[in-house]
Amino acid sequence: MAKIATAARNPAHAGKNVGGEGVALKVLEPASRMSLRARPDTIAALSKALGVTLPQKPKSSAAKAGRTALWLGPDEWLVIDEAGGDPVADCAGVKGLHSAVDVSHRNVAIAVTGPNAAATISSGCPQDLSLAAFPVGAASRTILGKVEIVVLRTGEDTFRVECWRSFSDYVWGFLSEAARDAG
Amino acid sequence: MLLIRCPYCEEERPELEFRNAGEAHIARPTDIASISDEDFEKFFFIRSNKKGLVFERWRHVHGCARFFNAVRDSVSDKFLLTYKAGEPKPDVSTLTAEGGPAAWANRPPDQLNEKPKSKRSTKGEA
Ligand SMILES: [Zn+2]
Repeated sequence: MAKIATAARNPAHAGKNVGGEGVALKVLEPASRMSLRARPDTIAALSKALGVTLPQKPKSSAAKAGRTALWLGPDEWLVIDEAGGDPVADCAGVKGLHSAVDVSHRNVAIAVTGPNAAATISSGCPQDLSLAAFPVGAASRTILGKVEIVVLRTGEDTFRVECWRSFSDYVWGFLSEAARDAG
Repeated sequence: MLLIRCPYCEEERPELEFRNAGEAHIARPTDIASISDEDFEKFFFIRSNKKGLVFERWRHVHGCARFFNAVRDSVSDKFLLTYKAGEPKPDVSTLTAEGGPAAWANRPPDQLNEKPKSKRSTKGEA
């Protein structure tokens, strides 16, 4: 009798969290992610297909119904869907030239929350994360220590840090140390 | 830390996000197979390597990932101007160094993306 084998996906660092003085770290649930490249003439059609207006202002993001589009460059966006949708499938019907690549499992997301959240990230990120320079909704690709990350400010005291899966050990360790220092 | 203005991100960003990508405004020969070895050597290997104002390509590799061009003083390390790739080479005579490199750091956020008001107003400030 053949046995039925089922494979379960175990996300990197699933369920980990660190609570410090004034800052908490939590590995977020897996999400659908898409790396999107497009020229200006396709932006409107892609926005319509995705149900979220692709931001065209540097360091900004737009969110609607569990889906967030982060401006990474003049023709590049990271689209994160936490509502179980499939952004790549949604773009499939768009005629204009574009590149939509599913990178869902490439990234690990860490929520950094609390009054010391900005200080925690700033321990390894050279960008100005003050509210004046990096307001709620601001998003940017940047660095943390020696690796590249994408930072999204989801609230005054909450950030979403996205890093590549193979860097997630380093990022988690870095942020955990920083959270202890920031407290 | 040096702050470099990215013309695509439209603001000054920390130097750690950038990579130098060599001399700018080097035209690739239109028919590279027909040029002499000497001309190829000049195009491929020989760079001006000037002391003073240099035109360079830079890449905002850990930001918007775009290549752009910059005018930099190779003595003071100061960036005089950055501009988008494909834009014409700026006239050097219209560029003047404004303050020292240290004057660009330690500014409050609301002043970070301001251009210095007069040519020498930021000198000595650090
Ligand atoms: Zn940039």
